[in-house]
Amino acid sequence: MSKRLAASFAKAKKENRGVLGIFVSAGDPDTNTSIKILDGLVRSGVDMIELGMPFSDPMADGPAIQAASLRALKSGMNLEGSLEIASQFRKKHPHTPLILMGYYNPIYRYGVELFLKDSQAAGVDGLIIVDLPPEEDAELCDLNQNSELDFIRLITPTTLGDRLPFVLEKASGFIYYVSIAGITGTKSAQMESISSAINRIKQVSNLPVVTGFGIRTAEQAALIASLGDGAIVGSAVVEIIAESNAQNLTAERTSEKVSDFTGSLADAISTHKP
Amino acid sequence: MNEIKQNSFKTMPDENGRFGIHGGRFVAETLMPLILQVETAYKEVITDPDFNAELLYYQKHYVGRPSPLYFAEHLTKQYGGAKLYLKRDELNHTGAHKINNVLGQALLAKKMGKTKIIAETGAGQHGVATATACALFNLECEVFMGAEDVKRQKPNVDRMRLLGATVHPVTSGTSTLKDAMNEALRYWVAHPDTHFYIIGTVAGPHPYPEMVRNFQSVIGKEAKEQLFEAEGRLPDALIACIGGGSNALGLFYPFLDNTDVTIFGVEAAGQGLDSGMHAASLTGGKPGVLHGNRTYLLQNDDGQIVDAHSISAGLDYPGIGPEHSWLHDVGRVNYVSATDEEALVQFQLCSRLEGIIPALEPSHALAFAAKQLPLMDKEQIVILNMCGRGDKDLETVLPKLDERGLL
Repeated sequence: MSKRLAASFAKAKKENRGVLGIFVSAGDPDTNTSIKILDGLVRSGVDMIELGMPFSDPMADGPAIQAASLRALKSGMNLEGSLEIASQFRKKHPHTPLILMGYYNPIYRYGVELFLKDSQAAGVDGLIIVDLPPEEDAELCDLNQNSELDFIRLITPTTLGDRLPFVLEKASGFIYYVSIAGITGTKSAQMESISSAINRIKQVSNLPVVTGFGIRTAEQAALIASLGDGAIVGSAVVEIIAESNAQNLTAERTSEKVSDFTGSLADAISTHKP
Repeated sequence: MNEIKQNSFKTMPDENGRFGIHGGRFVAETLMPLILQVETAYKEVITDPDFNAELLYYQKHYVGRPSPLYFAEHLTKQYGGAKLYLKRDELNHTGAHKINNVLGQALLAKKMGKTKIIAETGAGQHGVATATACALFNLECEVFMGAEDVKRQKPNVDRMRLLGATVHPVTSGTSTLKDAMNEALRYWVAHPDTHFYIIGTVAGPHPYPEMVRNFQSVIGKEAKEQLFEAEGRLPDALIACIGGGSNALGLFYPFLDNTDVTIFGVEAAGQGLDSGMHAASLTGGKPGVLHGNRTYLLQNDDGQIVDAHSISAGLDYPGIGPEHSWLHDVGRVNYVSATDEEALVQFQLCSRLEGIIPALEPSHALAFAAKQLPLMDKEQIVILNMCGRGDKDLETVLPKLDERGLL
């Protein structure tokens, strides 16, 4: 596990709480605002950042993150720009883990080997590549064997039986439990189903389990984070960016609105006692 | 193109769904178990005599197969070279080749105990074929169609609704076929237990490219037999249009190992290959990953998918089936292109000379035939896949023909 991820999970454990991860799209709605939003996230107590690399056809994402991706692309964001944002983030925030999340095609075009090298140079801690299941991941994972980058696996409610250990074979960093069968930002899962899924995962892996998809409120975040090792919130955050953008708010004001919300999530998670 | 020595061109894909570097299963984990289930079920049914007998029954009595292989005497004379035979798949029930594949997949869905069907559609031909099969087999049907296409193809939207399907207009992305496919996949992810996704072309994650090809191969098998009956020999060349490429592979596949048969796939060059407004993924694209497979894609340097352009909604797709990408890489099939303008001319010509109103899609194949046949000898024979009828295109085509004084 990357040192920053390990430290982040250890700190949360010591404080008897789960970690809070926040997803935003790189360059949404533009590079300057995006960087200010990331700064605000760290200040508001977010433990881990999931930075989306925009793609024209985000198959696993709902309307909110699709729109975020398109806003970013429209502002001229690309893979190189996403890595540049990551690099600037790392210079200012040496301790907060940063995960790059995206789809395979931009990486494939950029060149897998170069992407891995540049991600590490930018200070990225891990990768989530949505459309690179274990059946197809050799072309990236074989090149990533000696790197510091964690390869984070998604487990879903449909990952059952023998498939679970198979999917987790090359997993590192943490396990991302997708709590619903569906796309980001749509329905929410039942607590019991999340709890039993996390127990199932814990039986085959020692990695921390962080839950995402469909978490919209501070209460949900606190409760879900307490079931495993943390919670990731994306669409609800991205919707605030969309709204601020529609109202032409300044980068500072947009960042404030986002961090007000993520601060409330962080508070709820740290005060929640299981 | 590097010519690779190949014992057989019919052994692909491998067990991982790869056609050379193309194909595969590039999908989110939520979809993975679903496509693995489809693969297992498909492997079971293809060797099941009952399944095959049932499919054959519907092909014969419901679709009207075999479709005729028709010697197009007048076009042959007009082009002035090789003899042109048309494989008349536009005479199938629902007016195109799409139904061949849909019936196969709908019967598979039934075997798997699925009660609801998802489909994507561009021009609406695959949507209509799917809605038809769902009416026949009493399955619920949800069709995803780009909002732009819903407007452009109203008669097909009405047909689907009459047949009992729910049409979901898709407004994400560019509101066209690629977005309809994204949305259909998203919907499937959210309804994994009840729904089966009938993909309409030889693309998508494994096993779809293989499965759709096999269901469509009836076209080439029949054509081969029919030409033997008519002429006692193999054709010299095959021509078919390509969007995703299912009608083309259906015709080509049974001939792939007859290496004396020259094969041409015709992509849509839109307003011209240099205009940037085209749908020629092989000529103008690079390998990439979209909709579950690696294949040639129209994309920018950052790997973002760019819009395709073609007068024919059925060819208006920024990708192509992975097997075509492989056949291109190994040089077995020659991929060429035809423009909107060339297709329009043939649309009118074929209607006037043969009394057959071709769809805009096979009009692209005719446009290449018009250039290729004159270069061949009179004794040579070409089979062209007339994969759809043109009634659906009249609204698009008539004003344009009028402008050009072709009416």
